[in-house]
Amino acid sequence: MLRAEKITKRFGDLVANDALDLAIDAGEIRALLGENGAGKSTLVKVLYGALQPDSGRIIFDEEVLRIANPSAARALGIGMVFQHFSLFEALTVAENIALALPSGRGLAEIARDLKELSARYGLPLDPATPVGDLSVGERQRVEIVRCLMQDPKLIILDEPTSVLTPQESDELFAVLRRLAEEGRAILFISHKLDEVRRLCHSATILRHGKLIGTCDPRKVSKGELSRMMVGEAVADIEVSPPMLGETALELRGLSMPAAGDFSQALHDINLIAPAGLVTAIAGVAGNGQSELFDAISGERLAPDDDMILRRGRPMGHYSINTRRFLGAAFVSEERLGHGAVPSFSLSENVILTHGVTDAMLARRGIIDWSTADDIREDACESFDVRRGVPNPAAGSLSGGNLQKFVVGREVVRQPDLLVINQPTWGVDAAAAAHIRATLSELARKGATVVVISQDLDEIFEIADQVAVLSEGRLSELIPRAELDREHIGLLMAGETSEAVVAA
Amino acid sequence: MRLEFKKRAAPSRVATWLAPVAAFALTLATGALIFLSLGKDPVAGLYYFFVEPLTVAWSLEELVVKMIPLALIAVGLCICFLSSTWNIGAEGQFIVGALAGSSVPILAPWLDGPAMLPLMLLAGFAGGMAYGLIPATLKVRFGANEILTSLMLVYVAELLLDWLVRGPWRNPDGFNMPESAPFPASGRVPAMPFMDVDRLTIAIIITVAAAIIVQFVLSRTLFGYSVRVGGIAPRAARFAGFDANRTVLWALGLSGGFAGLAGILEVAGPIGQLRPAISPGYGFTAIIVAFLARLSPIGCLAAAFVLSLTYIGGEGAQIAMGLSDKMARVFQGILLFFALVCDAFVFYRVRLVTARTGAAPS
Repeated sequence: MLRAEKITKRFGDLVANDALDLAIDAGEIRALLGENGAGKSTLVKVLYGALQPDSGRIIFDEEVLRIANPSAARALGIGMVFQHFSLFEALTVAENIALALPSGRGLAEIARDLKELSARYGLPLDPATPVGDLSVGERQRVEIVRCLMQDPKLIILDEPTSVLTPQESDELFAVLRRLAEEGRAILFISHKLDEVRRLCHSATILRHGKLIGTCDPRKVSKGELSRMMVGEAVADIEVSPPMLGETALELRGLSMPAAGDFSQALHDINLIAPAGLVTAIAGVAGNGQSELFDAISGERLAPDDDMILRRGRPMGHYSINTRRFLGAAFVSEERLGHGAVPSFSLSENVILTHGVTDAMLARRGIIDWSTADDIREDACESFDVRRGVPNPAAGSLSGGNLQKFVVGREVVRQPDLLVINQPTWGVDAAAAAHIRATLSELARKGATVVVISQDLDEIFEIADQVAVLSEGRLSELIPRAELDREHIGLLMAGETSEAVVAA
Repeated sequence: MRLEFKKRAAPSRVATWLAPVAAFALTLATGALIFLSLGKDPVAGLYYFFVEPLTVAWSLEELVVKMIPLALIAVGLCICFLSSTWNIGAEGQFIVGALAGSSVPILAPWLDGPAMLPLMLLAGFAGGMAYGLIPATLKVRFGANEILTSLMLVYVAELLLDWLVRGPWRNPDGFNMPESAPFPASGRVPAMPFMDVDRLTIAIIITVAAAIIVQFVLSRTLFGYSVRVGGIAPRAARFAGFDANRTVLWALGLSGGFAGLAGILEVAGPIGQLRPAISPGYGFTAIIVAFLARLSPIGCLAAAFVLSLTYIGGEGAQIAMGLSDKMARVFQGILLFFALVCDAFVFYRVRLVTARTGAAPS
């Protein structure tokens, strides 16, 4: 149905797509696999008309054509569901869909079509509900229905499961299979190998902008797929038995009101994180992860001093730098503008978290830049941060390299408590493995490591104990030995611990 | 066909240097067009504006005299603007600084002696600082927009000055002129030594020193760092543990203080007494100076010189060609406009996309 031949797209010196070929037939579910930065998004944007290739051609339904822009793509029958939703929260489901369609169709007519589509594909949606009241999974349903309203022949989904619980993902896969049975082609972008092997008939694998190969993911082992994607065998982490130490961080009935309309309140959170263990907080994004991080780091102070305890002593009212003085280190989820200042050099970004607490770095308020450079080199060398010049602007590094830097920056201070939110978000597999190994090692040396993550694979890899955050409430801790995907998934979907155990 | 602005990975080094030069050149070109449309000779117009002041010793001195308040205010504004706090009321802080400093010789004439001038300068800085802290406090406590409050306080300050020189502080021996008594010699800023000047004072040394100190503070101290982080990445500033409210108070307080110091250096310097009008809009023009210098305190010295040229050149062109004295303001506005436009090229790569370059060969 669609063939892309020798697609090349350059951004300056970077070749994002290097003579890529891609073919997809009616009724086929094809995976587009690759690490972050492999060129998946660029290729998809070319197919959807959002970018123009420097060379190469696109053949759709036996016809060579140029897709000038996304609306031309939609007119041809190519629909796309983006990773980041573009919905207006204040408008209803029907209104959001009406906005995306060519004008001239009444809301009543749209609501009728929507009901019909919902019923046919098992995508329950009420046209009159404001989008702001919907869960993330339901919002994605709106995006999918909006795409289906135009009866596309080819549907492109960009990392659709990154925001879903395992159960929600299964529901989505059922819908996608039905769409494929109707003869639609589906291009499924992902880096989650398990999903791809369960859902897709075929896979196209990219690495560094180049086509590595195509295969049938159902017939290839996970290790083989991963090798094609990463290009090197990902080192397995050696897990030595943990040494259980004293309770280093305790949350006792931590509650925080929501800071704004888009913030989640925290309700009565209890957690005991002993030294020597990796404690993971699982959960779907937006369930209070950043609020919990802010409370533990001290960016927002807890209402009561003894809601957060460090080695048994209250610290809920300590500032973030007092906590750092006491040996804590924090890595935020958002790198640009939170964990690092994009326009500042790496050395300047060292000052961000070390400036106030490192006496060598700022004597009487005057910054010693050579010490900052030393810390920068330490962080960059121990984490293999690739850079063109020794001290580039933080914003000029790739996402993965910047993450390595901000993690390295905190690890070199040898913290005895490290709290890290989404440690490997947007990081390539090799770097992610390195970061995870570092976290485990830090714990084995006796530090307390708290990892907030949405990535279940990651949690299963490194966590010694797991609790799940859902709508601002934290489940009971589950020890490593009792971990089970189904169980965690239900907790992520908001079931209470008792209900899950009963089921 | 369309224009594409693409953000550069790092600011272009060449464009960083070229942008102010290009802005100045474009201002000259636009100025020439304005002269033409007024029916004046553009070459002569530009000559009187930008060249003639540099050829005479008298106007060279006057250039530096006018550059002092512009540079000193702009140095303070650099701190403020870098922290993304928008102080538009430096003119008011300049006036209040002048009033606070003048209160020493007017209200406490018995202090006549070597302590007089230092006290005046201190009072000037403190007065400007206090006046800058009003919009800062309003912002921190009530979330009031400092652009509006600082601007409105300019008119309050102007009326206060007007009332004082016509009322309580009027010179009893001044034939009813709306002026304060001339300051005693101990309350005057001394002229530059070893130079044949009568209006240029040691304020130039204070100004250069202020620029160097503020440059150092901004680039080498933790306080300067907190100001810069707070301005471009407030979330990161919180992560670093910097208090955003404290930064606002310091930024507006310090920039008010420098404006106040400029105010007292002006009335205790070239003017020598309080008058109803002590500034031809220095506080507003200094905003242009700060941006033309790209918020670098040392750069403010050079930018202040250029803006000072428009003041002196404006007077010259008014006399020689009968142009309106508002022409100086027009030039200042055009210069600010082009300075901001040219800055876009430092951070963005601009590309003309035609149907041909954008399309894939098929």
